[in-house]
Amino acid sequence: MKILVPVKRVIDYNVKVRVKADQSGVDLANVKMALNPFCEIAIEEAVRLKEAGSATEVVVVSIGTAAVQEQLRTALALGADRALHIETDLNPDSLQVAKLLAKVVADEQPGLVILGKQAIDSDNNQTGQMLAALTGMGQGTFASKVVLADGKVQVTREVDGGLQTVELTLPAVVSTDLRLNEPRYASLPNIMKAKKKPLDVKAADSFGVNLQSNVKLLKVAAPAMRQGGVKVESVAELVDKLKHEAKVI
Amino acid sequence: MAILIIAEHNNQSLKGETHKVVQAATAIGADISVLVAGLNCGTAADEAATIAGVTKVLVADNAAYEHQLAENVAALVTELGKDYSHILAAATTTGKNFLPRVAALLDVAQISDVIAVESADTFVRPIYAGNAIATVQSADSIKVLTVRPAAFRAAETGNNAPVEAIAVVKDAGVSRFVGAELTKSERPELTAARVVISGGRGMQNGENFALLNGIADKLGAAIGASRAAVDAGFVPNDMQVGQTGKIVAPELYIAVGISGAIQHLAGMKDSKVIVAINKDAEAPIFQIADYGLVADLFTVLPELEQQL
Repeated sequence: MKILVPVKRVIDYNVKVRVKADQSGVDLANVKMALNPFCEIAIEEAVRLKEAGSATEVVVVSIGTAAVQEQLRTALALGADRALHIETDLNPDSLQVAKLLAKVVADEQPGLVILGKQAIDSDNNQTGQMLAALTGMGQGTFASKVVLADGKVQVTREVDGGLQTVELTLPAVVSTDLRLNEPRYASLPNIMKAKKKPLDVKAADSFGVNLQSNVKLLKVAAPAMRQGGVKVESVAELVDKLKHEAKVI
Repeated sequence: MAILIIAEHNNQSLKGETHKVVQAATAIGADISVLVAGLNCGTAADEAATIAGVTKVLVADNAAYEHQLAENVAALVTELGKDYSHILAAATTTGKNFLPRVAALLDVAQISDVIAVESADTFVRPIYAGNAIATVQSADSIKVLTVRPAAFRAAETGNNAPVEAIAVVKDAGVSRFVGAELTKSERPELTAARVVISGGRGMQNGENFALLNGIADKLGAAIGASRAAVDAGFVPNDMQVGQTGKIVAPELYIAVGISGAIQHLAGMKDSKVIVAINKDAEAPIFQIADYGLVADLFTVLPELEQQL
């Protein structure tokens, strides 16, 4: 069985985000970029399923400028077998991404699609669900455990009240949450090997998908800063302040 | 214009998030229908009918909807939703699960985690873990939105809207509910509590979280945790407050042994009053806390419980 893992290049999670002065967006010039952390977890899960003998091939795909090939090479170094770069200068929204990925699913016919539950830049948490809808697949979102057996996948999901387990007919879409696994680091020999693994490039416009979104970004502002308050010296002083100054207890 | 809201409930009763989504919908300004999809969910539907601003309640009562499976609920909402200008759900793990599916089936975008409504087509939402705030305008014929409950107050009750049964049954047949391990607690839910007390890595282990119990009892508080405490296995994931956990905005938030990683701050920085208790005076949490106490939590907590 083949596993398809769509991944996204995003700002490194350690970088302090700065909003541009003209409020047109976030300043990404000369900022360190990386694989989205949830995507790393998706790659790890796919590679583990292959290592366990449940899958035969792991294919990674990313959409964007030539820069995303850096993240695809990282994915190959982490154990993916081959990569597909869908090239575009546009910055498509989740729906457009899902439409492109649906075309890739039609071409590649994976048994399972594993992807991150959200990207840490746009924080949308939509692509996996939208891809599942467009392809008619079942979905196991926010996964903390994935078990393949008998042509089905059981996904344990992190939900607000605790955990929920669903069983999905294959092919299916799984989106990863933080506690699914701890991704490995790429070893130097694997980084060298990854340079020789196949990486195909296709133009986004060759897929026949309209990449224009109907949602317009009007402005991006910095959040209101919260001012730090005072230090108290004792529990008694804290309780007094909460009762008489803040009046919350 | 007309708005469809998908209610959050557990088949027996309505969850407080629904009242907050209605409040957000009121800011758009149009007739509001609330859909309750579940099994034997009549009492939850009756509860929805009492929310001020609701024009009518639709009940889809069928085994296909019992566990809110995304495939089935999305198919139902897609069919009903074609007649509406806006479709809203809470940005909970339930809403986040099925609503993007609805948007894709309707061939429109979804706007996630709305924290303010500027007009019927313009909405405000956090991006980059709340480090930037985007204002977006949608030209889609149907606007599909998840609403962050912590950003809105609950709509009042006292209404008596008509309740209508919906006979549409959608079972996609690709998914099946296997089981759930839900945390049972007598305490209020994190996202609905007036007071939240959270523990971090400084708690050292799961047993020490019991030190928060007495304080939580006295304040009627919910108990939360930082991601560090959850990842260390001290407490289950559903207690996590933060960008990737629950977003809370209570009247009083008490952070105990939490350093204040950006991830955590994104989940609680809109609380009205923040108290931080940490022995490290340099911990970033003190930069946003209204009241900071630099002290060892193991001496502070028993003392605090006693003085409340």
